[in-house]
Amino acid sequence: MDLSILITSVLAASPPIVFAVLGETITEKAGVINLSIDGSMLLTAMIGFVVALKTNSVFAGFMAAMIVGSLVVSIIAFVSLTLHQPQVATGFVLTLLCRDLAYVFGNPYAHIPGPQVVPTPIPGLVDLPVIGVILFDQNPIVYLSLLAVFGVWAYMFKTQPGLKLQGLGERPRAAFVRGVNVTLMRYIYTLVGGAFVGLGGAAFSLMVKPGWGRPYGIEGTGWIALAIVIFGGWKPIRAALGAYFFVTLQTAVNTLHGAMPNVPTQIFPTLPFPLMILSLLLVTIGNTEWMNQTLSLLPKRVQRFLIRTLKTLQTSPPASLGTIFKKE
Amino acid sequence: MPWNWAKPSEEEVLDHLIANNNKATELFLRLSAIPVAFVLSIIILLMMGASPLDAFSLIFSGAFGSSGRLAYVMTAWVPVLLCSAGLLVTFASGFWNIGIEGQVVMGAVFATGLMQAFQHSLHPVAVLILAAVAGLLGGALWGMLAGVLRLYGNVNEIFGGLGLNFIAGSLTVYLVLGPWKRPGIASTSGTEPFPSSLWLPAFEGFQISPIEILLGLIAILIIAWILRGTHFGLGLKAIGKNQRSAFLMGVPIGRRMLMAFTLCGALAGLAGWVLVVGTSARHNLFPLISSGYGFLAILVVLLSHLSAFWSVPISFFFAAITMGSLQLALERQLDSSLGGVIQGMLVLSILITQGLKSRWLRRGES
Amino acid sequence: MKVELKDIHKYFGPVHANDGVSLCADAGSLHGILGENGAGKSTLMKVLSGFVSPDKGEISIDGMAVRLASPTQAVAIGIGMLHQDPLDFPSLSVLDNFLLGSPRSYMLDRPRSRQHLIELASQFNFELDPDASVSDLSIGERQQLEIVRLLWLGVRVLILDEPTTAISAQQKEKLFATLRRLAQQGKTILFVSHKLEEVKELCTKVTVLAHGKVTGEVVMPCPTERLVEIMFGQAIVINKGSVMPLEEVVLKLDDIIVSDWRLEMKNLSLEVRTGEVIGLAGLEGSGQLLVLKACAGLLRPKAGRILINGIDMIDRPYCQFLESGVTYMASGRLEEGLIAGMTLTEHAALVERRPSFLVDWTLASEKVNQLIHEFNIKGQPENFVEELSGGNQQRMLLALLHPQSRILFMEHPTRGLDLESTESIWAILLNRARRGTAIIFVSSDLDELLDRCHRILVFFSGHVRLLETVKTNALELGEAIGGRGFGSFNSQ
Repeated sequence: MDLSILITSVLAASPPIVFAVLGETITEKAGVINLSIDGSMLLTAMIGFVVALKTNSVFAGFMAAMIVGSLVVSIIAFVSLTLHQPQVATGFVLTLLCRDLAYVFGNPYAHIPGPQVVPTPIPGLVDLPVIGVILFDQNPIVYLSLLAVFGVWAYMFKTQPGLKLQGLGERPRAAFVRGVNVTLMRYIYTLVGGAFVGLGGAAFSLMVKPGWGRPYGIEGTGWIALAIVIFGGWKPIRAALGAYFFVTLQTAVNTLHGAMPNVPTQIFPTLPFPLMILSLLLVTIGNTEWMNQTLSLLPKRVQRFLIRTLKTLQTSPPASLGTIFKKE
Repeated sequence: MPWNWAKPSEEEVLDHLIANNNKATELFLRLSAIPVAFVLSIIILLMMGASPLDAFSLIFSGAFGSSGRLAYVMTAWVPVLLCSAGLLVTFASGFWNIGIEGQVVMGAVFATGLMQAFQHSLHPVAVLILAAVAGLLGGALWGMLAGVLRLYGNVNEIFGGLGLNFIAGSLTVYLVLGPWKRPGIASTSGTEPFPSSLWLPAFEGFQISPIEILLGLIAILIIAWILRGTHFGLGLKAIGKNQRSAFLMGVPIGRRMLMAFTLCGALAGLAGWVLVVGTSARHNLFPLISSGYGFLAILVVLLSHLSAFWSVPISFFFAAITMGSLQLALERQLDSSLGGVIQGMLVLSILITQGLKSRWLRRGES
Repeated sequence: MKVELKDIHKYFGPVHANDGVSLCADAGSLHGILGENGAGKSTLMKVLSGFVSPDKGEISIDGMAVRLASPTQAVAIGIGMLHQDPLDFPSLSVLDNFLLGSPRSYMLDRPRSRQHLIELASQFNFELDPDASVSDLSIGERQQLEIVRLLWLGVRVLILDEPTTAISAQQKEKLFATLRRLAQQGKTILFVSHKLEEVKELCTKVTVLAHGKVTGEVVMPCPTERLVEIMFGQAIVINKGSVMPLEEVVLKLDDIIVSDWRLEMKNLSLEVRTGEVIGLAGLEGSGQLLVLKACAGLLRPKAGRILINGIDMIDRPYCQFLESGVTYMASGRLEEGLIAGMTLTEHAALVERRPSFLVDWTLASEKVNQLIHEFNIKGQPENFVEELSGGNQQRMLLALLHPQSRILFMEHPTRGLDLESTESIWAILLNRARRGTAIIFVSSDLDELLDRCHRILVFFSGHVRLLETVKTNALELGEAIGGRGFGSFNSQ
């Protein structure tokens, strides 16, 4: 397959996952786990489509989806930050509930054509050799996703509030001493993360996979987004790369069928999912004790090489993920 | 480092104190979640332009309207009951076995595989029994894998379970459309259905097998007994409440965790077997055969607050809602997932009222 | 800036952590705050740094009363605190830690801040690499970073909470030089510590706290004996340690090296015999817990041998330690010992050494009733453990210990308990010792150490001194804990 076509189609298909992954990275950096993404993406996709259909405005669809995305995650925030109940349980129930709500409310709108995001090549830039077609012959949502990756990165690493966000997830007590209102910030970042997820859901139904249906076809993608956040080490650029990697897998498996004609076609679309989850093994396995012991048995040079590769791969979660913060 | 086993937070300790002192308040607050859930469901129905009374009565008649429908409810009830029994074990030790769906699927896969291999060479009863064992093993293996990934790969059991769910799903698609495909047409509707000699025998005129029901109830009883009457169960309870203290007292945490996952997987695998050979089943292997029953069982166990006793009626209640809501799609333009909405609302309301209660009572205590 | 604390009171529940504390520190002074663990020092510093508000009393800066609502506000007024474990962000770089929380601007100006960081650091001869990750720094360097950061934010009162706990001698010298220099510049330095020798070395004026009250205020120089007297109250106590015939060696440490992120204990060797009671004394973080945990199999030493009953247990898992007769009792009764949510009977069943598959509830019931009677526990078998009082919980923990355990390791066995519970618990423990169990425990209660032990190992910054109880007294013990007799040392 032509490389530039591959890259173009990957870029065109990734915004939903990129948004979801960026949003969840922010939420988890603040210390909250949002397990409801899978259901939430379905719900926001449906809402985005329906609102766009009814108002004939794609913009309104996206707005509505973002609001719903924030609302869903606000339940988790409330139950965990204020009521001190476990985030995992609430998130799990919400993921099922949101999916069912999406099916129920979306029922009348299945298989109806509706508004979509319009491709908008950027004049001038699109004529640049090679990258012109790849980068600048897309639609506004794709441009937005690229800007978002850069924007989130810049916010987290180049601004004072972004630095505080990093500190918040790492050590809330120290952040508190430096002037961070821990609970308030956690709420805000969780809501922001939810809005990103909503943006991602709407990006499916208004662009990548227009319309609605039951089943919609993106079931399971939200779980993958959670895995990509871990894979991405809670860093926006690495997480975005993970998202692109996953979409590449999805795009590429279709070519595999040519190589393995005896294998039924339907299996290929399902393959990226387990592959992605298992790639998690790569990034967590280095932390185990038996691994350290095995490594110490190897000759020094091999050891040093392996340790270095493992170390760059290894990720560790924000230390305060899922914990409760109290002032004293 | 063994010292890294988690210790409970101050709040969790305080919660135990509160629970013991305010049993009446606790029961009241827990029951109050039910009307909240129903009010929310009514609101949703009104938003859809449907009549709540109509919808609820449809669900009711969809579940209990005829003996045939009741049989379908019980057909759904048994796998959920079996999975709930298994989940009681993993939840007792404080772990989330999200991989349960995959374990059900692998149970069905192993059962189907065995039946296909021996259906012509052995007596049907022998085939059925061997298939049950195969289902048990398949599910147990899948559960154990999730535990192994956690223990030795440091992969959070949620993602290990998810990954294994995905793999089980892919495997099923491959088998159904590949090596085990129907002669002539490969179809996602499943493998070649088994002859009625390989179905579980039913009551006269009532399409559910007493064997299925007994199996479910016995499973719950056994699990309840294990949790309360064996050292294994006691150790699991200790791990669930305070890993560090349990470790210091000598409870082998890694080993018990693996056992818990394997046991839950075994029961889920048995549910998979029931889904293939049950009287009202489709009698073949098809993708998504687990039908979300595993996750539904998680909701059941959350709602019953880890009580074996309450899991029985609640799983029946949820099975009734699931089956009854199918009627909504058939007779009205409502999606059958409305049942899922009601179930989800119930559990969410419980979680919220639980939280409010803890918070309110905790303030009073300190 | 002149700092004055007037009649500060602070309660934590029923505990009167600060009982009418008053203090006055002039600008340009090096003011020491001396006291034992639990004397109220950290509470007082939390009040002064804005972490908590006092229940009663007033803080004034340069004669004006101030109300400190938060640590950030305190810093804005000019009061900054250096915590014992610096509140920084290990996964971020030195420069980012320096920047985080600075109210300067929205966009981070890294180049300019880097400049400031390097300038400030070189003023005090600190060597800080702005791009290094804080997790790679030693505690001493993290302190240096924090000091530089607080100065950059304009702090004029610097509170240091036990700063020398885990730093090397050279770093300590550098720190002291820095503090003297800052005092010369007119800053007010409050140096909180239990280390007598250091307070003597550095400070010009010392306020001594004990049991939440100010027990004395002295101007330096002042003889050590006087300070000890003010710190510990009655100086001399006749010890009641009895001499017991000791038999076989049940635990032997052979040149072990244990470490954690703070500290490294090197080349420790020890022999413990049956029935011997050994106390591990020292300021928190001096290494006693490390050694205790290593002996029980909870922490793997980097080198050396641990011989229990003659067998080297060094790489074996904890459960094997349990089987060779070791028992470990941690200090958190409900966090690390008992299991909240389970009844007394369930606990009795849980610790069954050779359990059958089924739980024999009748047997467990009998056992728990017997234990309740024998250990005088005020509770019923069906009570949940969290319903018992602290003393009864401790008794329950002891009751659950295996009757045939050969070595009993304990962290602070009587912490937070009233006199009656303490006495009865020690009666149980000494009974065990008489029957041959060796007891090794960590404690910060001097009386307990002197009354109950045969030998006391005093830990100080990774080094150990041995004191025979019959030959020592409270004064010597107190001084040893404060660092006397350890000479000059290199621990990092």
